[in-house]
Amino acid sequence: MDAVAQFFNAIPLDLIIIQTVNGIVTGMILALIASGLTLIFGIMDVVNFAHGELFMLGAYVGVVVVAATGSFWLALVGSALILAIIGAAMQILTLRPLIGRDPLNTILATFGISLVLQNYALWQFGPVSRKIPDPMSSSFTLFYLQYPWYRIFIAALSAAIIGGFYLFLKHGKFGIWIRATAQDRVMAQAMGIPVPLVHTGVFAIGSAMAAASGVLFAPTTGVDHTMGLDWVLKAFIVVVVGGMGNLGGSIAAAIFVSLLESYATIWLDPSQAVIVSFVVLILTLLFRPTGLFVPTPK
Amino acid sequence: MTTAPLDKPLSLGKTRLGHTTIFWIGFCVVIAVLAAAPLILSEFWRRFLTEVLIWGLLAMSSDLLIGYTGMISFGHSAFFGLGMYGAGAALLLVKPPNLWLAILFGLTGAAGAALFVAYFSTRLRDIYFAITTLIFSQIFYVVIFTWTSLTGGENGLIFTRPHLSIPFIYDARFTSTTMHWFVLAVVTASYLILRRVTQSPFGMVLQSIRENEPRTRAIGYPVARYKMMSVMLSGLFAGLAGVLYAVQNEFAAPNFVYFLTSGDTVIYNVIGGIGTLVGPIVGSGFFLLARELLARMFGEQFPYLIPLGMVFIVMIIFLPQGLLGFARRWLNR
Repeated sequence: MDAVAQFFNAIPLDLIIIQTVNGIVTGMILALIASGLTLIFGIMDVVNFAHGELFMLGAYVGVVVVAATGSFWLALVGSALILAIIGAAMQILTLRPLIGRDPLNTILATFGISLVLQNYALWQFGPVSRKIPDPMSSSFTLFYLQYPWYRIFIAALSAAIIGGFYLFLKHGKFGIWIRATAQDRVMAQAMGIPVPLVHTGVFAIGSAMAAASGVLFAPTTGVDHTMGLDWVLKAFIVVVVGGMGNLGGSIAAAIFVSLLESYATIWLDPSQAVIVSFVVLILTLLFRPTGLFVPTPK
Repeated sequence: MTTAPLDKPLSLGKTRLGHTTIFWIGFCVVIAVLAAAPLILSEFWRRFLTEVLIWGLLAMSSDLLIGYTGMISFGHSAFFGLGMYGAGAALLLVKPPNLWLAILFGLTGAAGAALFVAYFSTRLRDIYFAITTLIFSQIFYVVIFTWTSLTGGENGLIFTRPHLSIPFIYDARFTSTTMHWFVLAVVTASYLILRRVTQSPFGMVLQSIRENEPRTRAIGYPVARYKMMSVMLSGLFAGLAGVLYAVQNEFAAPNFVYFLTSGDTVIYNVIGGIGTLVGPIVGSGFFLLARELLARMFGEQFPYLIPLGMVFIVMIIFLPQGLLGFARRWLNR
């Protein structure tokens, strides 16, 4: 009996609650990135290797706009719009010519884009990490921590963006076009849906979501040119664990993986906590290669 | 550098010599030029050429996957890195350092990594394979980077170069010239082995997996086992490249296990021409030479990957076969 009580006493309950909040916050940002990635994949069969770079560039545009105007909200909207244009240009210039070719070509092309963008950011902004000041300075007390409200706000806003996007897919005209194209590209074209426009539009939306998450994330840690790869890797893990091309699955997986990772940091170094998500990936591949959060295929 | 002699046998193709004769004449000419090169080149370019060959070997190993089995690996840095650290372990633990032991250790390390990666990632196809190999290579990176007591962490391992020794016959210090010849010999042998493999019945099955996997399975080949074999074979040669790099530069660093090495490997393949085996070596020569020239023209800080990345994208769109794509059939005959 004593041993059991000791065991329960040894569990740091306050730490677990703090890490739960942390995990949900990073999980929501990750979900925002991953849903853009899943969307692009589901519609176009394109794995956008440059998605992390769009996230990174979005954060940098945010840094520039905040420095120029001082308004965080302007930065958020402006960065999303600018990155939407860049994303659309990217799709028209590099991915449109590859339609109908082996999908492996698109992963190579987007990989090339990510190299160019990453080195552009390094060249333009230098290797020193930049920071956006916190748009809200207030905080509340969580056990012994002063927990910033801003982090809670990130999670809420990410959830709102994802929710709005879901409604748009369900009821908006363009959203219905997107779903029709995802279901059957040829039939959609036959029904008069401008499929090339849908492709470009989807890429623009995905890029804007990545940019928005970049700006939202920027105040919590710094912005540097290598952050793209870390996040795109996490997003890839989430997309595989959640089931390919499945929006709800990748959101659930994003929160699941982030929670596990932040629990792991209670006992491990943050750089080693990444291994937990790798383990989740391996176990998923072993026991349920179609994804954890999708119904079992017949 | 390496392209010029390769063109030669093609122009001879119109004469009455048979394909095999021309191929082997061309092969001997290229090897002779590469073997003679260090006698003429300055110290810097000698090392440069050796590095081109080593990176070429890494790219050639991944060509077995990309070009012949139709699976893009974004995780070759893991095999390369394990080869490096394996060689490092042998050179640090065993006194005096022995070259062949380094190769043995490096290959064992790479084979272990390859077995691990192959077992999990070959369950997936196409894009998912590419993503999972990438993620697996990051696992090795994180482990090597954080396990400081074993791998030296961020600083890596530093060791001394072993002697070039053939038991009972020859034993001398490596000079940059003998290093080059040694690397050339290993790369040539690897090329011949890989060429033989791709032309064997085993290689034919791999190519049929590339062309149509469901049909290959329907015919009755155990596709999963073939894919695993292919990944492991590819990983072994990548590990060999890692050993060579470690022996040449006398260090092993976690940077080489990082994703960028895998990315470079893919770039060399696409630029040089996938499915040709020699193409990746040409690609690595082209890429490294372009990088060197850009650095000399615009200074060391020039972000060379911006123009080269654009070249890469343009090549995927307009020239997906790569520089040697026009000779693909001919080289594989």
